[in-house]
Amino acid sequence: MLSVITLPTINYTAILPELILLGGMLVLLALVSVIPKDFASTTYASLTQCIGTASLVSSLILWHDVARNGAFQAVAQIVNVDGFSVFIMVLVSSILVVAPAFAVDYLKDEKIAGVEYYILALVSGAGAILMGASNDLILIFLALEILSIPLYVIAGLNYRREASGEAAIKYFLLGAFSSAIFLYGIALVYGATGSTNLASISAFLARNNIVTPGTLYAGAALMLVGFAFKIAAIPFHMWSPDVYEGSPDGVVGFMAAIAKVGGFAAFLRVFVSALPTISSIWEPVVWVLAVLSLVIGAIVALSQQNIKRLFAYSSINHAGFILLGLVAMSSRGIASSLYYLFAYSFVVLGSFGVIAVVAKTHSGSADINSFRGLGRRSPVLAVIFAIFLLAQAGAPFTTGFLAKFYVVSAVIETHSYAIAVIAMLSAAVGVAFYLRGVLVMFSGLESSDSIGSPVENPIPMSRWIWSALTTCVLVTVVFGVWPSPLLDFAKSASLLFR
Amino acid sequence: MIQLAYLIPLFPLVGFLILALFGRKIGNPRAGWLATLMVFASFIVTMIVFAQVAGQPAGGRLHVENWFTWLSFGSVSIDAGIQIDPLSLTMASFVTGISSLIHLYSIGYMEHDEGFSKFFVYLNLFVFSMLMLVLGENLLITFLGWEGVGVCSYFLISFWFTRDSAATAGKKAMIYNRVGDAGFLVALFLLIERTHSLTYTVIFSRLSTLSKGDLIAISLLLFVGAAGKSAQLPFFPWLADAMEGPTPVSALIHAATMVTAGVYLMCRVNPILHLAPDAGHVIAWIGVATAFIAATIGCAQTDIKKVLAYSTVSQLGYMFLAVGCGAYDAAIFLMLTHAFYKALLFLGSGSVIHAMDDEQDIKKMGALRKVMPLTSLTFFVGWLSIAGVPPFSGFWAKGDVLSNAWVVSPALWVVAAFTAILTAYYMGRQYLLVFLGDRRWSSDGESALHPHDATWKMSAPLIVLAIFAAFGGLLNLPFGSHVNFLETWLNPVVGHSLLRNTDSALQLWIFGIADAVFAVVGALIAVSLWRDAVNRPRLEPRFLTMAWFIDASIDRLVARPSIALAALSSTVIESEVLDGAVNGVAGAFKVSSSRLRRMQTGYVRTYALMIVVGLVLIVSYFLIRSGL
Repeated sequence: MLSVITLPTINYTAILPELILLGGMLVLLALVSVIPKDFASTTYASLTQCIGTASLVSSLILWHDVARNGAFQAVAQIVNVDGFSVFIMVLVSSILVVAPAFAVDYLKDEKIAGVEYYILALVSGAGAILMGASNDLILIFLALEILSIPLYVIAGLNYRREASGEAAIKYFLLGAFSSAIFLYGIALVYGATGSTNLASISAFLARNNIVTPGTLYAGAALMLVGFAFKIAAIPFHMWSPDVYEGSPDGVVGFMAAIAKVGGFAAFLRVFVSALPTISSIWEPVVWVLAVLSLVIGAIVALSQQNIKRLFAYSSINHAGFILLGLVAMSSRGIASSLYYLFAYSFVVLGSFGVIAVVAKTHSGSADINSFRGLGRRSPVLAVIFAIFLLAQAGAPFTTGFLAKFYVVSAVIETHSYAIAVIAMLSAAVGVAFYLRGVLVMFSGLESSDSIGSPVENPIPMSRWIWSALTTCVLVTVVFGVWPSPLLDFAKSASLLFR
Repeated sequence: MIQLAYLIPLFPLVGFLILALFGRKIGNPRAGWLATLMVFASFIVTMIVFAQVAGQPAGGRLHVENWFTWLSFGSVSIDAGIQIDPLSLTMASFVTGISSLIHLYSIGYMEHDEGFSKFFVYLNLFVFSMLMLVLGENLLITFLGWEGVGVCSYFLISFWFTRDSAATAGKKAMIYNRVGDAGFLVALFLLIERTHSLTYTVIFSRLSTLSKGDLIAISLLLFVGAAGKSAQLPFFPWLADAMEGPTPVSALIHAATMVTAGVYLMCRVNPILHLAPDAGHVIAWIGVATAFIAATIGCAQTDIKKVLAYSTVSQLGYMFLAVGCGAYDAAIFLMLTHAFYKALLFLGSGSVIHAMDDEQDIKKMGALRKVMPLTSLTFFVGWLSIAGVPPFSGFWAKGDVLSNAWVVSPALWVVAAFTAILTAYYMGRQYLLVFLGDRRWSSDGESALHPHDATWKMSAPLIVLAIFAAFGGLLNLPFGSHVNFLETWLNPVVGHSLLRNTDSALQLWIFGIADAVFAVVGALIAVSLWRDAVNRPRLEPRFLTMAWFIDASIDRLVARPSIALAALSSTVIESEVLDGAVNGVAGAFKVSSSRLRRMQTGYVRTYALMIVVGLVLIVSYFLIRSGL
């Protein structure tokens, strides 16, 4: 007798943002094959932004729905539609609205203009959204790959430059390695609990007392490593400086933001909703990862000369801060991690946007000396960059300050004082290297300075860059002064978590 | 219409932003007009809201407009929003009103200045900050405005920063204010700790849970902040030096508005002060002492603006006397009238300085009445007002303060009354030396001067202010509840805290006549002594010209030891001890940084190995925890 495979009913509105991104990607692909080659490539950027906007709108509609009717699960219980997943949808869609504008000029200048980057970005965005929405370990694994594989290719997009290829290969090899580890973790957890569904796992662990939890723990440990790699927590961070440095300037901001958002989304989801019963086991490990990332990230950033590498280490430091929310294991902690992710995404997009335009005028060198005298050369650009640097340092009236403030107060609320002190001290070290960037921009050019003879005419910038930078600055400053809408969103996201 | 209140601070903010971004393109004088227009628009909105609130019953005049939750931590939540009530509206209307006039005046005064548009950037930012200060619905917003006005004051004092003295004066103002701000901040922390809030209405409803000691501590700490901003003992030297700024700045910030912020703060927190009468006594005595000392110093100054600066300090002292005596409405009344006549006097002196080609020494002036009749006349009105000659505004306001002081302690009254005589005297001396007597400047030869009244942009504010200075007393006549408008108006805010016993009609007349006599006596002494003379060294002892050596003592006792300590710190402690430690730490960081960097070999195999090491460690930890 043949067993009939019953297909699940699919609630398409529940996965509409992903569908829009993937469908949009297909439309772009189809367009490329029918329209002439000399077609202006900026159109692809605008189209990608439109697709991102459509996805943003549908996410907001879903948000409205969830806020009114409560969270639900769809597609055979493997997709969550709750506050958390909608928050990730909104964030990823917003990133997709802004990010293409940063790439346009770079791709044109490097003569790699084409539709590839936009298609890859859309796919990886869909992966990131799925990371936040999945309610099943198998789907999370798929989402992880959908998120990561395009990123490997994006890293190698500038194939004429050796560094770009090197970055792609390194990212790919290590990514594949960690994916394998993650997949093995899933297998072990399945073996121990009999399910890959997060809700079933959680229910199983709540009901049963496992006498020999070795398999489960080993599985949790392997999954933890997989996520730690994705978010570049120390000691699984080593790929990130090399990849940041080698990847194309105009797109690395997107890579940094989307990988962090996707990685953290699934990390938080799995450990908070599936494995809370064994939190006493994994929490110390997360604590150690957070402390290592906070401390070592900040210290190593101090001695970086290349600003892209500096940002790689500062991102590691940020990852440590975001992990604090998981250390707190409270709904407030999750909310502050989400707020931090939002703040971080726009700051890092903007920062790399500035780096790309500055590096361009120094034949692609992102050495910190390329920024010397920027305050005189392009004062507005320098002020914008200073805002991003100060936001990362945690200066008041920016999202950066509140992000740090909320995660630290979340761990203080759960009486984890030691890590709060460590986090604040690492922020103090962080101020040193962020302010060094500000100082370099606004201090005069020394006569002995041989590196990059000062180009006195201001840096030319297209409207694309201006509009994207303005958006990032506005998000950073407006939500820094007026945090309540975003914070309320993050709070309700963590409350509607299931 | 009350919902429109957000426009009050918004207009100057927009003006500030536009001018900060495009000020130079807008240019001179259009930048000035734009700034003036913004402040004036804000004044109009204030008036509309004022009319609206005044139309409501006395009990329903408190409106708190919350815009959004600004910060929340623990059990404390701080909103961004404004509080509209009689007190904040009184402040807002006089701040915007006086500022409009002074903006207009500045268009004329600064017309030849290179930093014309920059000047208005600061002025608009100042008005915005001041409005946030007075309208804020919690102490944190007030504190932000407080710092904002402090920063603007710093920028404006050192506006001509190429002058060494201006740069130094700016720094001095900043440092003195920081000391006061420390008190303010500690008070805020204490309030958060004890009441879990900074919102005025909430704090006031929770005061019953506070101990006596808390209340006194909070009152006095807030007073330290207020004393710094309002130049009370021992913080007043900065205000005299602040006269290095352009004269409109002296008129707006260092006489009419910013320096009254301390008085406003005290009146705003009147429910706290009311429960801490001991703190009130301290405030009253410091206030009256400041009034007296500053008045004596004013008697011996020769710089036209310094005389006015010390008279400001002295008048502020009166206001704190009123606050300490629990007569908050009297303090506000004096603040209003003082704003009129002091702004008038400063703008008048600005006219003189402008006409005399930046000469500020009153000994080198004289006989300007004939060539500057309008300035002379308005200045005369200012003199009579500040002196307290009836029926000018100062008479009513100062009389209100004095009669309240008598109720609390006759000793306070005696000092305050003597100070009133001094006030009439030193202002008279100034008027006589500047506008009457012999001409002590040359109208021919190389340094020829042809002083004359200024253009309408500078004269119009003088006339308006002179009218207010003369008739401002009408705001609050002490003849019963149908004419003391201000007292009735402020009653919902400060009424519960007033210590006043109602004076009988006889007392009223006795006090009134006494006040008038003090004013006239002081003025007559001035006339008899300074009608013909220019130098009377015995009346200008070094002790007074040097301001009781207070500045010098602070310099000797605080500043120099601090500098010596700083030098010691920088040579011994810093370079030997701290640098050693810091360099050690930094060195350790650097070394560990480069060590750690060395692990970053660039080889994928190293990275993979690192992942494996981490993996093994974590898995072993998990397995150990599982009890394997």
